[in-house]
Amino acid sequence: MKSAIVVFPGVNRERDMAHAITLATGNAPDLVWHKETTLPAADLVVLPGGFSYGDYLRCGAIAARSPIMADVVRKAEAGISVLGVCNGFQILTEVGLLPGALMRNEGLGFVCRNVFLRVERSDTRFTNRYEAGQVIRVPVAHGDGNYFADGDTLARLEGDGRVLFRYSTPDGALDPSANPNGSINHIAGIVNERGNVLGLMPHPENHVDPIQGSTDGLGLFTSVAAALEPAA
Amino acid sequence: MKARVTVTLKSGVLDPQGKAILHALAALGFGGVEDVRQGKLIELELDQSDPDKARAEVEAMCEKLLANTVIENYRVEIGG
Repeated sequence: MKSAIVVFPGVNRERDMAHAITLATGNAPDLVWHKETTLPAADLVVLPGGFSYGDYLRCGAIAARSPIMADVVRKAEAGISVLGVCNGFQILTEVGLLPGALMRNEGLGFVCRNVFLRVERSDTRFTNRYEAGQVIRVPVAHGDGNYFADGDTLARLEGDGRVLFRYSTPDGALDPSANPNGSINHIAGIVNERGNVLGLMPHPENHVDPIQGSTDGLGLFTSVAAALEPAA
Repeated sequence: MKARVTVTLKSGVLDPQGKAILHALAALGFGGVEDVRQGKLIELELDQSDPDKARAEVEAMCEKLLANTVIENYRVEIGG
């Protein structure tokens, strides 16, 4: 499986992401500078976490208008898998590939700690190596992760089963105390209508190796590898 | 020609920064403040001299970049 990671000025998780993808797929991804206008051939395109353009104007707003993004949108519309983590999720909403917006955390502070996520479905290309209802522990590190969507959009997301990850307690209960940023319906990650574009605020790429204290995040990457590279 | 864009959160969208300002004002003794909403002011210097064209151009900029219309409203003032 081939993958590409887009690098914008100010992102800082691209190497963590490359490590996770390499572990899961055996192939090191291409790193693509945002001024390029065409992505290399890839089965998975990733927008990593960080602080593109210093979060100027709005998080992800400037990166969403970078030259490479036109091709990211074209690839997404063609059905190629696209993953946006943290700042990458913000960029995906800013460019219109995912609905809603990521707003300032309800508590105003930057939150950097481990959280628990409930995996809502296992029948997707991003979650097939998890069980539905399984709780995983992964880190968050963001100041603007408070997901918001208007009532109609939210009803569509929920009705279509497009919320793949929610902040939960270690037992999988949804409780405001387990929600690090106040996001609506405890949403941590959503997919587009077609199911090929995933955005999530937490960092599964930072829990893939025992040396990081947990490998709970690796399942996301092995899921994609399994979905896109079926056993011969 | 100058243009001034004011971007504010839509009503109904929670504004945690406005809330923090409200609480800080209350702590300073300004108890009469019922609500605070924080926004952004963007000033542009345009080479356009026709106010109608300038407005149309700035409104297009707002739709494409300056505001996120999922959560924000914008107001354009032309002149000066």
